[in-house]
Amino acid sequence: MIKAEQKPVDEILGFLDAYKRILLVGCNGCAAVCHAGGEREVAILAATLRMARKKLGQKLEILEETSPRQCEPEFVDALAGKTEDVEAILSIACGVGVQALAERFSEIPVYPGVNTMFMGKTVEPGVWVERCQACGNCVLHLTGGICPVTRCAKQLLNGPCGGSRDGVCEIDGETPCAWQAIYDRLKATGQLDRLELFVPAKRWGRESRDRGPRTIVRGDLKQ
Amino acid sequence: MGSFVPRIVAFCCDRSGYRAADMAGGLGISVPETIEVVRVPCAGRVDALHILRALESGADGVLIVACHRGNCRSLTGDLAVRARTEHVHEIMERIGLKRERLELCNLSVQDGPKFAETVRRKFEYLKELGPNPTR
Ligand code: SF4
Ligand code: SF4
Repeated sequence: MIKAEQKPVDEILGFLDAYKRILLVGCNGCAAVCHAGGEREVAILAATLRMARKKLGQKLEILEETSPRQCEPEFVDALAGKTEDVEAILSIACGVGVQALAERFSEIPVYPGVNTMFMGKTVEPGVWVERCQACGNCVLHLTGGICPVTRCAKQLLNGPCGGSRDGVCEIDGETPCAWQAIYDRLKATGQLDRLELFVPAKRWGRESRDRGPRTIVRGDLKQ
Repeated sequence: MGSFVPRIVAFCCDRSGYRAADMAGGLGISVPETIEVVRVPCAGRVDALHILRALESGADGVLIVACHRGNCRSLTGDLAVRARTEHVHEIMERIGLKRERLELCNLSVQDGPKFAETVRRKFEYLKELGPNPTR
């Protein structure tokens, strides 16, 4: 899922300097799963912001809401009734949710309360690691289920660079070399022949953003 | 600051802090009256939100009374609350609240006198420090 972490409180307070009444919206999707923007984080952030402002002798009224998913239009629409007299919206969903609110509520400034970091998995409670960069043409079938786009510092698609040493990437002494891991895994699964297959350079348009945001259209679902 | 009487919320683990508070009461050891004891099944249950809510609703200081390290009946509650206290300390520093307003201490069932002493010490410290500026 998408992983995010809260922005520093001082940065958020800076966004809100001019406002006395805001709507703070969390998201019960990915942002809640990584403990950055769910209902609980809304309550914690609201209490923190209110106290910070009171200390400065300024009131800040915060309406607290948590949307089931901020990236879905019907859930965003459901917030329409909550924006009355609201001077600004602070969203602690991922960047997609923040933009969805900004698109829907064109008259109200919308601010991000989290930094959206990556798509990743949980290593252990409180630790998340990146695993996919949404490259648009998955090569995991050729790489033993290990993503070179995400895990190789140079995003090499056809084997390691010359800096791979003892299983460690040359960027530092700790990061495992993605291609060493790919080799080990292919060897263990009897699939070393996959290394012979050439992975072409990424296709413009589908695998990059030079034509603006990428879009998926499913004719069978589209109304 | 002469008339200022600090208010303290003490989250007390049912297996240690709460028993100690009870013992202090039973022994007739006086503690400041403005302490509010909140009984929790395990200190590990105390969430950042509980602490912030206590501060926001007017506590000048918050005490969390957990079992001694490694002595938690729920196994890791003492460690969990330690990490959470640190997290709230960071939040407090960000918004200009003195971290010392929030304190985690470890007591055992028979620490009645120590409980009273801890609360009194906190009370005196807060009296010196002044009211919670964010309430
Ligand atoms: S190759 Fe890597 S970045 Fe591309 S889709 Fe697969 S996992 Fe994601
Ligand atoms: S050492 Fe491995 S992970 Fe690092 S850049 Fe080279 S191939 Fe990629």
